[in-house]
Amino acid sequence: MSWVLILEQLLNGLQFGLMLFLLAAGLTLVFGIMDMINLAHGSLYMLGAFLAAALVQATGSFALGVLLAVPATALAGMLIEVSVLRTLYARDHLSQVLATFALILILNEAVRIVWGTDLPLPMPAALSGPVQLLPGMVYPAYRLLIIGVGAAVAGLLYLLVARTRIGMLVRAGASNREMALAMGVDIRLLFTLLFGVGAGLCAVAGALLGPLLAVQVGMGENILILAFVVVVIGGIGSIRGALAGAVLVGLVDTIGRAFLPLLFGLFFQPRVASAAGPAIASVLAYLLMVAVLYFRPRGLFPARG
Amino acid sequence: MKKPLLALALVVISAVAIPSLAADKVKIGFISTLSGPSAALGVDIRDAFMLAVKLNGGKLGGLPAEVLIGDDQFKPDVGRQLAEKDVKLDKVNFLTGFVFSNIMLASVPVAFENKVIYVSPNAAPSPLAGKQCNPYFFVASWPNDAYHEAAGQHATDKGYKSVYMIAPNYQAGKDSLEGFKRFYKGRVVGEVYTQLGQLDYSAELAQVRAAGPEAMYIFLPGGMGINFIKQFVAAGLSKDIQLITPGFSSDQDIIRAVGDPMLGTFDAAHWALDLDNAANRKFVAAFEQEYRRLPTVYASQGYDTALLIDSAVRGVKGRIEDTEGVRKALKAAKFQSVRGSFKFNRNQYPIQNYYLRVVGKDAQGRLVNKTIGTIFKDRGDAYVQDCPMR
Repeated sequence: MSWVLILEQLLNGLQFGLMLFLLAAGLTLVFGIMDMINLAHGSLYMLGAFLAAALVQATGSFALGVLLAVPATALAGMLIEVSVLRTLYARDHLSQVLATFALILILNEAVRIVWGTDLPLPMPAALSGPVQLLPGMVYPAYRLLIIGVGAAVAGLLYLLVARTRIGMLVRAGASNREMALAMGVDIRLLFTLLFGVGAGLCAVAGALLGPLLAVQVGMGENILILAFVVVVIGGIGSIRGALAGAVLVGLVDTIGRAFLPLLFGLFFQPRVASAAGPAIASVLAYLLMVAVLYFRPRGLFPARG
Repeated sequence: MKKPLLALALVVISAVAIPSLAADKVKIGFISTLSGPSAALGVDIRDAFMLAVKLNGGKLGGLPAEVLIGDDQFKPDVGRQLAEKDVKLDKVNFLTGFVFSNIMLASVPVAFENKVIYVSPNAAPSPLAGKQCNPYFFVASWPNDAYHEAAGQHATDKGYKSVYMIAPNYQAGKDSLEGFKRFYKGRVVGEVYTQLGQLDYSAELAQVRAAGPEAMYIFLPGGMGINFIKQFVAAGLSKDIQLITPGFSSDQDIIRAVGDPMLGTFDAAHWALDLDNAANRKFVAAFEQEYRRLPTVYASQGYDTALLIDSAVRGVKGRIEDTEGVRKALKAAKFQSVRGSFKFNRNQYPIQNYYLRVVGKDAQGRLVNKTIGTIFKDRGDAYVQDCPMR
């Protein structure tokens, strides 16, 4: 096992983690500030990927298509917030779960009707090969792009939350919602904006992962579960926690898939190792969540004191 | 004690006394994966099956055919529910369609319990070939590990010293790599099982690069294979490592999605576009005309499944209520398979040839599989000796 391999796996983990962060960031804000469980968050990720695929096809340019898809998805998210979710804030969590689960089914069918079950989203040709990072180490160019964009968006989001007035209101809402309300913050407008930003982040993740994975109906459901794990690990309502949790989950998942079967091979017979290795690796993220909850029941970076 | 016996006797007598009449139609439950990333496989089987019915004037074995199509959504529980409905509510005469072994294995017991024959257009897992072979289970495709055995033989013939293997962590995945190893004599430097349905292979590809094998064998059906091969090429691995696949992993659906990087990939299959027999020429031309695309091995299996059922219904002269008769007629396999020679083993799995194919360009510049040799002739499977059926 060489350091090149370990470095490559770390990059893979980082890439996966940053994409998880884009999903978890919106989710944790909505959950933390609005106290709203939004299962349909994954559907916005799907919608973003489909919009990107359709717009890339229409414009003929990957960059332009993706750039247009982000505000379009943000707009769609805000529309959903104003029309459906707004009425759910006062309800209990069970009603929210039921209503947003219905929203998943409705959005899945709507996308199926408009675009069919899947759309092709080709990787830009210039980025479809490998690049030499270090002597003896090559890495797919497109995955590097994902890491770059993911890191840039995370940085921008940090600036937005930590340095701007809107960010201040968001933080105020996350740490004490009632007090923020009492101080006269226009919470309705803030929620709508926040939801739009969350949807936009989903679109970035969906559009970037589309060429690597597949743009298809139902793509948001599996990844949403991991995004919830990230939110819980990071601490509900905390952007910093979401970033830490996402990178942690990304790394644990990737490293687990890569090295756990090898590790098991040292201790068990090959037959047992090849069966148990991937099985344990696939639940590693959840084990991590259990461990974090045991030691820090409010997550790594709880937003509320 | 007496009365139930009498009642039973009456039932037996009436069953014998009523002459078995030809049915007025043949009902077929067709359940397959028709949505999601692996939908292309089920769609090809369905389209080819329906093409055969259409070319037959909407009939199978002379009876009007009613095909009830269901989508298992790649979920074993959904497949099971649909199978229950088809068998118990709609009382179908035959069940068919499943692509994936895990979904089929969850769903077909309901057919077996109710003595409904399942004709498999694809999945043919090893347990059902050996100890658990079943009189109501017929395979019109190929045993799960047959392509892999042929590919392993090919890797041995070519003299590859080291091979890295990847398959999803489920029954067919394990069968496949076992099959490959049964005939591959070189060194296996890696054997990795991934989650079924996994779409990102970054971690696995980094391991492959570190292992540096001469050749790579993958069993990744549907969308998994498309993603793997794209990412394999994007990682720059295709320059140094020869990719060998089972036939369906470099077939028309994958070629359409991946494109030129597929050129030069070797694969093993029981059928090819260019197999030279009358049935195949008719099938390929009709499929392309009907659907404006080239058929895959999956399509060839769907077509053959319909022809096999057609031959059995004809063999019993339409008396499809006579399950034993239908079984005998199926076993005779009196139809012109698009794969050429075809007959059933005693475990009701096929005995047939397997060919070596390579992805190249045809006269019109399209990427297609070309047959370049025969790997196995009249091969059955490795499990038939455990099957108690005669």
